[in-house]
Amino acid sequence: MKFNGYRRPNGKVGIRNYVLVLPTSICATKVAFDIANKVEGCRAVNNCYGCCQIGNDYQTTFDTLVNTGMNPNVGAVIIVALGCEGLEPHKVFEPLQERGIPVSVLVIQKEGGTVGAIRKGVEIANRYAQDLSEMVKEECDISELTLGMECGGSDTTSGLASNPAVGVASDMLLAGGGTSILSETTEFIGAEHILAKRAVNPTVGQRLIEIVKNCEERAKMQGQDLRGSQPTPGNIEGGLTSIEEKSLGCSHKAGSAPIQDILQYAAIPSGKGLYIMDTPGQDVVSITGMVAGGAQIVVFTTGRGTPTGNPLAPVIKITGNRQTCEKMSDNIDLNVSAIIEGTKTIKEMGESVFQEIVGVANGKKTKAEELGHQEFSIYKTGATY
Amino acid sequence: MGKRAVVINENDNVATATEVLQKGSIVRMYVGDRTIEISVVGDIAFGHKFAIRDINKGENIVKYGEAIGIAIADIAVGEHTHVHNVKSQRGRGDLYKKSRRSCEE
Repeated sequence: MKFNGYRRPNGKVGIRNYVLVLPTSICATKVAFDIANKVEGCRAVNNCYGCCQIGNDYQTTFDTLVNTGMNPNVGAVIIVALGCEGLEPHKVFEPLQERGIPVSVLVIQKEGGTVGAIRKGVEIANRYAQDLSEMVKEECDISELTLGMECGGSDTTSGLASNPAVGVASDMLLAGGGTSILSETTEFIGAEHILAKRAVNPTVGQRLIEIVKNCEERAKMQGQDLRGSQPTPGNIEGGLTSIEEKSLGCSHKAGSAPIQDILQYAAIPSGKGLYIMDTPGQDVVSITGMVAGGAQIVVFTTGRGTPTGNPLAPVIKITGNRQTCEKMSDNIDLNVSAIIEGTKTIKEMGESVFQEIVGVANGKKTKAEELGHQEFSIYKTGATY
Repeated sequence: MGKRAVVINENDNVATATEVLQKGSIVRMYVGDRTIEISVVGDIAFGHKFAIRDINKGENIVKYGEAIGIAIADIAVGEHTHVHNVKSQRGRGDLYKKSRRSCEE
């Protein structure tokens, strides 16, 4: 199976062709958005951190920014820094330059402030966007694709219809040599023993059990009942009773392939096949991690309906709930409720999901893209100092 | 008559309604290769679960062939099975805090 994509100098293939305007801290985020909004073909990302963070949180923000810059949908990067933040721009610049990505640094404190930085940033963005506009798509193999798999606003149709259909589509992509990422560690609670059996070796299986244990321990150490957050009130209204039930439904997105490895948040898989990324259950944070991990495209199943997208990767919304498809028609790309109604099989609808993935890879816009949904949020577990 | 509910695994003790079910209506569904009929005790909303056999307080609720929580009351066949009569066993920091406190006392 083939699709047409943008071949990057480093060999990776993008299905979109953006100039990424990347703020290294919250102090630079407004300037980054002003630059991106001035030039067609640019995307900025909403970084709320990047300063006064230590340890794991510093590293997570750093990895997310650098690896987002390496996403194959990005053709060039403009790093925008205030100039005094903890997350230093040259550290973001170096790994991107080493990868052969056209990259520039803009420091607000050296450009006369907001207006000067925007002026210079727009000049650079204009040049990069024009260069990228000259790229011609070429035929690429489906094995070049990395698929992020997300579910949000779940109800019981998610576990019965949309997640198993995505599982079929993921298996088809993997059979073609591609890569899939399953995330949302919170939503493995109660299903981890089943997923762990599918690990390629016992070490990977044990790591899966550990990330779930750590997630559950974090809730316990706060003295809190996870039920305050999981399932959410909407999940419960949709018929989901417990995190265990939600997790067992969620894990169907992973199809039937063996699990190659467990990735830290925002980490890039080292090979092909099915990977698990340690992310929270919050959809936007989870998708941000998978797109940093190299997913060029995301499938997002929903029972209740949700609008969110991503700045760089198209997000395909799939529901198995006919009512939701009608009530949230602005946001749903694909309706697989025929599974619930018994008129189509999971396999048939899974093939439709796969065709939609290929169509969107070829350039078809998702509803989230058309409507400008570009949510981006970096994972954070500790205090800001 | 069509199937208006689904039992995913033959070890499950609950079914999921794939239509809105009115109180007292008879619902047919597959359990593995067998077909069973259950009369629902109350109205069951789309996507919600009901017991397909009597479940005792303290027993596991089983869906997908796996435990999804325990019954906190006796649940009769056909009865709505949800957060009012089932509780999760995972991520329960509230229980952890209580047990830690009782250890300290």
